[in-house]
Amino acid sequence: MGVILELHGITKRFPGVLANDHIDLDLREGEIHALLGENGAGKTTLMNILYGLYKPDEGEIYVNGKKAEIHSPRDAIAHGIGMVHQHFMLVPVFTVVDNVMLGDEYVRGGGFLDRRRAANRILEISKQYNLQVDPFAYIKDLPVGAQQRVEIIKLLFREANILILDEPTAVLTPQEVDELFKIMKSLVAGGKSIIFITHKLREVLEFSDRITVIRNGRVVGTTTPQEADQSKLASMMVGRQIEFAIEKKPAEPKEVVLEVRNLKVLDARQLVAVNGVSFEVHAGEVLGIAGVQGNGQTELVRALTGMQHPVEGEIRIFGKVMTHASPREFFEMGAAHIPEDRQRDGLVLTYPVKDNFILNTFYKPPYARGIVLQQPAIAAHAEELVRRFDIRTPSIFTELSALSGGNQQKVIVAREFSRPLKLLIAAQPTRGLDVGSIEYIHHRLLEKRDEGCAVLLISTELDEILQLSDRIAVMYRGRIVATVNAAETTKEELGLYMAGMQPETLSLAQVVER
Amino acid sequence: MTAQATSRNSGQYISPARERAMGVFFLIVAAAMWFFFLRTTEPGVMTTFGMTPGGSKVKAPDWVFETALALQVLIFLTAFLGVYQLARGFKQYTNLVLGIVSGFFIFAFLAWGTSGVSLNLAGLLRVMVIRSVPLTLGALSGILCERSGVFNIAIEGMMLTAAFTATLFGSVTHNLWIGLVTGMLSGLLLGGVLAVLAIKYKVNQIIAGTVINIFSTGLTSFLSAKFLQKYQHLNDPGRFPNWDFPGLSQIPFIGPIFFSHNLYVYAMYVLVVVLTVALFYTRWGLRLRSVGEHPKAADTLGIPVNRTRYMAVLLGGLVAGFAGTYFTLGSVGRFDEVLTAGRGFIALAAMIFGNWNPFGAFGAGLLFGFSDSLAGKLTILRVPIHNKFLEMAPYLVTIIVLAGVIGRAQPPAAGGKPYEKE
Amino acid sequence: MRNLGQQPAQSLRGFFIFLEEVRRSPLTVTFLAIFTGLFLGGIIAALSSEPMYEAFRLSVGEGLKAGAQAAWNTYRALFLGAFGDPVKISAAFASGDWLQINRALSPFFESLVQATPYIFAGLAVAFGFRVGLFNIGAEGQIFVGALAAVWAGVFIKGLPALVHAPLAFLIGGLGGALWGFVPGWLKAKTGAHEVIITIMMNYVAFRLSEYLLTGYLRDPNKTTPISAPIETTAWIPRLFPDPNRFHWGFFIALGIAYLVYLLLFKTTWGFELRTVGANPHAAHYAGMNIVRSTVITMSLSGMLAGFAGANEVLGVNRNLGVAFSSGYGFDSIALALLGNSHPLGVVLAALLFGFLRNGAIQMQLTAGIPIDIISIIQAMILAFIAAPAIIRTLYRLKPPKEVELTVRSEGETA
Repeated sequence: MGVILELHGITKRFPGVLANDHIDLDLREGEIHALLGENGAGKTTLMNILYGLYKPDEGEIYVNGKKAEIHSPRDAIAHGIGMVHQHFMLVPVFTVVDNVMLGDEYVRGGGFLDRRRAANRILEISKQYNLQVDPFAYIKDLPVGAQQRVEIIKLLFREANILILDEPTAVLTPQEVDELFKIMKSLVAGGKSIIFITHKLREVLEFSDRITVIRNGRVVGTTTPQEADQSKLASMMVGRQIEFAIEKKPAEPKEVVLEVRNLKVLDARQLVAVNGVSFEVHAGEVLGIAGVQGNGQTELVRALTGMQHPVEGEIRIFGKVMTHASPREFFEMGAAHIPEDRQRDGLVLTYPVKDNFILNTFYKPPYARGIVLQQPAIAAHAEELVRRFDIRTPSIFTELSALSGGNQQKVIVAREFSRPLKLLIAAQPTRGLDVGSIEYIHHRLLEKRDEGCAVLLISTELDEILQLSDRIAVMYRGRIVATVNAAETTKEELGLYMAGMQPETLSLAQVVER
Repeated sequence: MTAQATSRNSGQYISPARERAMGVFFLIVAAAMWFFFLRTTEPGVMTTFGMTPGGSKVKAPDWVFETALALQVLIFLTAFLGVYQLARGFKQYTNLVLGIVSGFFIFAFLAWGTSGVSLNLAGLLRVMVIRSVPLTLGALSGILCERSGVFNIAIEGMMLTAAFTATLFGSVTHNLWIGLVTGMLSGLLLGGVLAVLAIKYKVNQIIAGTVINIFSTGLTSFLSAKFLQKYQHLNDPGRFPNWDFPGLSQIPFIGPIFFSHNLYVYAMYVLVVVLTVALFYTRWGLRLRSVGEHPKAADTLGIPVNRTRYMAVLLGGLVAGFAGTYFTLGSVGRFDEVLTAGRGFIALAAMIFGNWNPFGAFGAGLLFGFSDSLAGKLTILRVPIHNKFLEMAPYLVTIIVLAGVIGRAQPPAAGGKPYEKE
Repeated sequence: MRNLGQQPAQSLRGFFIFLEEVRRSPLTVTFLAIFTGLFLGGIIAALSSEPMYEAFRLSVGEGLKAGAQAAWNTYRALFLGAFGDPVKISAAFASGDWLQINRALSPFFESLVQATPYIFAGLAVAFGFRVGLFNIGAEGQIFVGALAAVWAGVFIKGLPALVHAPLAFLIGGLGGALWGFVPGWLKAKTGAHEVIITIMMNYVAFRLSEYLLTGYLRDPNKTTPISAPIETTAWIPRLFPDPNRFHWGFFIALGIAYLVYLLLFKTTWGFELRTVGANPHAAHYAGMNIVRSTVITMSLSGMLAGFAGANEVLGVNRNLGVAFSSGYGFDSIALALLGNSHPLGVVLAALLFGFLRNGAIQMQLTAGIPIDIISIIQAMILAFIAAPAIIRTLYRLKPPKEVELTVRSEGETA
């Protein structure tokens, strides 16, 4: 097998971030090459460079041994490179034919669309690679799996030889995933080469020919499914150096604070994202929810904070039913919420720092008397929090957008911690932060636990989960597959649960190994 | 498998709840026709519809029928449609049937209002066609812009400016065609202003439209007050003459209504067809619509988003300019201050009601033209409805459509948002 | 004297720093937008002056001179119309005759009268902007406000003035509030775009007013469709004798602007509304009610516009004719933007527009320049405010100091 594509020393910097650090990668003809890495490891950036959406700061791309200048998707297409984006680039109100030929239309009579001929070509492709799709169906009527097939047909229609699939399984049901892998096999059988981006270990081992693991913008190594196993890949992928150790007293769990029974929550597409989850969190303990992103954690948090109501099940705080309560009622019960997407949900970037501190308490004394805001109290509160939480800001009147990401997160933490807390729900509390801020926030979380607060920590960072949690529940496809004691588990064991293994099968496997 | 299961089901999906609601609604319409119309109609009274518009040489005999009988038939048919809808459902044809039922209701209303008197139906419809011209053409301008993702609430301003320009240049040169072309160019110019503000400077498109509307009102009123009123010969461009379409205009009833008009009516027919074909059957239209629906997808396929939008908005300006010249060169033959009188906004309503579709806009234009035309004749009829309420109809209908009461309007997905490349 | 040698250098540097600041300040853009709009208005006035073209036949220089003369005359007339003639004013003061003083000052006060509805309408749009809503329907809300106020003024009888006038004013506001409530409610419940709905509501209001003024509200003694005069008890009292129409409405407008300021910036309600406008996601996260905020905002915005209508009916016209509002609603969009959606800014912008409008009325009479020129000027100012990049390019201004964007990225820890 010859090498069809070569990336040499690709480097891409964003302000403050080194997204790709001298990445080398080669793709052989007719192989499925998996690009494995955590969220934010730099996989998508790399592929966007390859597809001409980003310009690399350094590095070269060779297609078929020749240096390729790729400045736009057009160039990429001309070099036979095609990409299926994580968010499909399809026009929902267009038919399959129209979507497929857009930009590369079949016309006759000087500009009239020849839909019949294009449809025939689509059917041809679809027969050749077993990509079943009705050319005249509207995209909005198609299930996600079929939409993905349309995206693939779009590439084949343009005679792409190198197909990039960015997290293609993230949006699919298990059946659709199986279908997709069959298609991928038939594509490579037909002479195409595929770069397959994912963070799911099982898929990589099952379906790829070679695996390149990327971490923090660097290539960690390239291996094959024969040489690797899940735990090895997991440690390559999530093996971030522990840069600091954290002193942790043993937990002293007390009464149940949060109780969740058989919770079922839908996602934005009205599909079941949380499927019958039950757990409880005690005062004075940290329950960590581990899991690869997109396994229902986001929806779980939304339901537990009143931002979205579950379709089934029950949420209780101190025994009080909160299933259909509003966010404000949750706050009133002594709950705090550090949201996953802090800039979108947690902050008003155009507000001064001081106003962000009172986002969910503005109506209460001492910040308001009646309906009148008490600016002196608000300012004093802000000054105190800035000091106490060491927030680096020129003043409390500075617009929040001027603060660094770490300080923005500290604003949220300060705000949420400034109230008397019984329950803390922290979703990805350190995502994207610098080491100092991470350490700071970790300490604060444990401090709250020791004060007797119940803490629910949702994180995709295994290290974080392991360091902070007393108990760990692992979510996989909307369910909790295992709940373990943090002191008695390992990163490898968690990695296996995160890949969907059940504890029973695991213990069996371990027995057999011994 | 999955693909097969979902194929061919691409028509409009109507939820069962809505199907039932529609069935009940049809029955209510039938009941209302009985309650308001039939109940108050004495048996034996005749309705007389004139079938020849005033002044037309193509004569057709009057249509005389017994009011009560006609009402009974219409009520029966409507009730039948309602029952069928409840029992079996019209599925994807529900909206079509809704249109038919609405038509029945309007006809019943006319028949009842005309009972014992006579109404020139052909004249009414002929005026409908005429009144629909600026609405449809304006809506076509809106469609061009909004299908590419740029809101155009400046149709009113563009039409007003074009009406003025056409008058002035038409009068100065004594040439209607020069008036027409300069009017269209002035629309093009304002389209350019909208495009530059909205695309280059990323100004909120509603504000950009407002700028043009205020500016146009100011400029035309200013120049009109300053010059046209003083020098009347500058405000006398003349009008495009009527032209009987050979053959078609000789069909009784139909001919005089649809095929005995001036340039603008025929241009409207042509433009509706041409734009439909262009938008939905050519490469040009596919790309234009893709830019308005999902600019990022278009961009990743190498389609220049902003250039496509510029072209669409400029063309939209040109069409709005053409629509504007109708007011002077095709209708009254002189310019008066603010003579468009909000027609640009009814055009906007027609565009929405027509679901951003040329034929839909044409239908909406006819409907709104009809309510306009009927409002002018209401005094003849013995109905207790004030014409101002009929004049409100286009706006109310649009609000109802926007609120999703009768099938939600589906604007282009990327409308109003400037495209930012990452 | 000797050690002054370095001071000029230093003060010069200070001056340059000051100049830098000025070049970056957003206020500079606002000021230059107004200036450019007025300047272009002058050019239009010149271009439309016939003497200029005749002078150009003599020579280019003469032509330019005549053009400049025309522009000068236009703005001179506008200024005199807006503020009054200084010569007359000083003469009047010299004479000490109260009536003469009143007459001489009345242009100035008339400008305030013209500014008053602008204040209300501008507040209406600005209030919506602050909550992220685009109320383009102020025009219709003004109409309904006027209709409701005239109804209250004509048909409620026998109340003392102290009750009747405020009541009628309030009823006018409620009429506008109803007209704002409908699009707000539809937006909140069905997601229907408020811009289109409010445009449609405008025209429903126009037709409604025509209907009412040709029927129910019509003065039976008049041939034209015009309402009966309102009861004198419903009048917003004027402060001076005729021809000075200055009335208490101006102070009510200032008071309400202050109230809006308090509501928006000093109360918990305002905090909630502004948060919904600034970031609805965060507002939802913080437990704020977005549906309620939307409905309340559109209603209050409609109410403010309704006050504009009530003010005109009760304070100025004292009856209601068909062609009553002339574009206040659309101009108010320009006002809100010009005033940066802040009540104080809106008041200042409204004063500017009031002076322009009143000056233009006088200008039309004395210089023969049609009043519509101010619409052209307003449109251009609006365009420049909305697209500050135009002004910046025109005057080589620097963009405002950009806040360094913090890119949210998971890779930051690398």
